Amino acid sequence: MTPDVELRQVVKEFSAAGKSKRAGYQVRAVDNVNLQIAQGEFFAMLGPSGCGKTTTLRMIAGFETPTSGEIYIRGKAVHDIPPFHRPVNTVFQDYALFPHMTVIQNVMFGLRMEGVPRQEAQRRAEEALDMVKLSHAAARRPNQLSGGQQQRVALARALVKRPSVLLLDEPLGALDLKLRKEMQAELKTMQQRVGITFIFVTHDQEEAMSMANRIAVMHEGHVLQVGTARDIYERPVNRFVADFIGETNFFVGNLVEKRDKVGVVKLADGATFEASLPLDASSVSEGKVTVALRPERIGIFPPGEEDDMPREVPLNVLEGVLYEMDYIGTDTRYTVEIAGTTLVVREQNVDYEDNYDFRLGQTVKIFFPAVSATILQE
Amino acid sequence: MLEAQARRRQQRSGLLLALPAIIWLGLFFLLPLGIVGVFSFLTREAAGIVSLPFTLEHYERTFGVFSVVLWRSVWISVVSTVICLLIGYPLAFFIATRQNNWVRQLCLFMVVLPFWTNFLVRTYAWRILLGDQGTINAILQGLGLIDAPLTLLNTPFAVILGLVYGFLPFMVLPIYASVDRFDFKYVDAAHDLGANDIKAFFRVVLPMTLPGVFAGSALVFIPCVGAFVTPDLLGGTQGLMIGNLISRQFGQSLNLPLGSALSVTMMLIVMVALLAYVRLGNRRLGG
Ligand SMILES: Nc1ncnc2c1ncn2[C@@H]1O[C@H](COP(=O)(O)OP(=O)(O)OP(=O)(O)O)[C@@H](O)[C@H]1O
Ligand SMILES: [Mg+2]
Repeated sequence: MTPDVELRQVVKEFSAAGKSKRAGYQVRAVDNVNLQIAQGEFFAMLGPSGCGKTTTLRMIAGFETPTSGEIYIRGKAVHDIPPFHRPVNTVFQDYALFPHMTVIQNVMFGLRMEGVPRQEAQRRAEEALDMVKLSHAAARRPNQLSGGQQQRVALARALVKRPSVLLLDEPLGALDLKLRKEMQAELKTMQQRVGITFIFVTHDQEEAMSMANRIAVMHEGHVLQVGTARDIYERPVNRFVADFIGETNFFVGNLVEKRDKVGVVKLADGATFEASLPLDASSVSEGKVTVALRPERIGIFPPGEEDDMPREVPLNVLEGVLYEMDYIGTDTRYTVEIAGTTLVVREQNVDYEDNYDFRLGQTVKIFFPAVSATILQE
Repeated sequence: MLEAQARRRQQRSGLLLALPAIIWLGLFFLLPLGIVGVFSFLTREAAGIVSLPFTLEHYERTFGVFSVVLWRSVWISVVSTVICLLIGYPLAFFIATRQNNWVRQLCLFMVVLPFWTNFLVRTYAWRILLGDQGTINAILQGLGLIDAPLTLLNTPFAVILGLVYGFLPFMVLPIYASVDRFDFKYVDAAHDLGANDIKAFFRVVLPMTLPGVFAGSALVFIPCVGAFVTPDLLGGTQGLMIGNLISRQFGQSLNLPLGSALSVTMMLIVMVALLAYVRLGNRRLGG
């Protein structure tokens, strides 16, 4: 099946003329991006501020022309198609509702532009408002609505056109936490109901992970990794992705042996452990590597309690020194030093009592299965 | 209770702040306006002197013998305002959308540059350009395009030209301010929803910059209706306007009641025209 949206080697450069005196100075906002987004997919683009998310979206919508590369929508190259003829609609970051029109007029606008007769446009706009539960506000102006209501009008205004693809540029960015959570759930349900491809831009990793089928992690114009939330969390391809998504420990060691799916890593103090190779195993080679290890995937116990260790899976066991311990309610955070690296270990507090008696400065053992540690690409 | 008190206090202090302006307006605007209103119904006793009884005679003359001039004033002003709008909007739009701040400042400077020369002098200059032996006729004859000189001077056309030339900046500046404040994300949104450039302009850009259009139109239309220097110098008898009549009544003829009646009529015309304009504009474009 052809993907709904496809980007092939898309590059966008902005010349910094006007800002900078250095003539010809260029900013590469988007650098060689390749993406394939399937029909009906909820696709998130995640990355820090300035990484090129908005620019990518604007190129798909047609507001910007790629410097090079091609964009395909439903298998058709859209290079020469102006935004008003693309089967794509956008929910803008600050909604961009027309302030001189009422809510219903805003929603009708796109239909009227298509030439839908007034009566029918009105009826369909009312339906769309109904869907976002705003029928009662049809006659109001956008500035008489709350942020969440405006967001829903923007959604109705875009969806009423029944686009092939809906682009959403941080649509929840302006909302407070509670409303944000509500709207996340609503958006997700809505997407499943209408079955339209959503491309959703956010810099909130939790939002991306909870809503999207797949996530593209962007950094400085590059797409670093595309995958499901699980792929990206469990098998980050590099240090940036591992660090950007959740909390991570990094070990530096030597990859001394590559087996089927795991590699053997040797630390500075001579201790060895097994860790998973990345999804693309050929992307790492023997020699110096970085290993990512999530704090909640590590177990910790004092010496002499080895019997408590789970035995179902083969585990790596390393020895270190405990030098910090913080009780933070749901979890306890332990900071352990192993072979010159500082490691954070997070244990859930499932019982009222602490499991073990730890003393600072004590030698402790940590354990983790090989699947929980990922060898990263440089 | 408390709220009402606070509001009253606020209103009081607001009134206090506005007091100088209120006194000024009362003394130099409302009072003279009242006098003009009353005069327009009084009888002309002698040059510069009015007396009772009340009469409608001056309004009868205004709408009788002078109706030609009234009508001409209105249409010349409307045409001038429309031309200013048609030239001024694109110009203001062009200036406001320049990326380079320097270019914008320079353009604005050029728009107001004519103000650095006296209005009278600039209007006289048009006499030299438009006269039978003037520059334009000389060039056209030199090129062999015409045999006899065109009558350009002392026509309504010359008046319109002079008015547009003189008042164009008043149209450009408020529209510039409006377009400058306009956020082009709304154009993106319109395009996104399927509007082409033309539709995006008429459905989104123009309605959202209407305040500038209204302000500019008022700033041009009002002085046009009251103009007397331009029609005096460029219009001759063909281009005589109500402003000339008024200046004559208060000047040479010293017919104060007639001048007052003409003034009141002119004000009414301006008010009615502007109200109708704003009404219409809001209904057609306000969504
Ligand atoms: N019109 C422009 N002219 C020049 N540079 C631009 C322009 N638009 C974007 N850029 C630059 O391109 C880069 C990417 O910008 P973009 O808006 O796509 O980032 P973003 O990922 O959406 O960030 P944010 O999360 O802050 O919205 C930035 O460095 C930005 O300064
Ligand atoms: Mg952005």
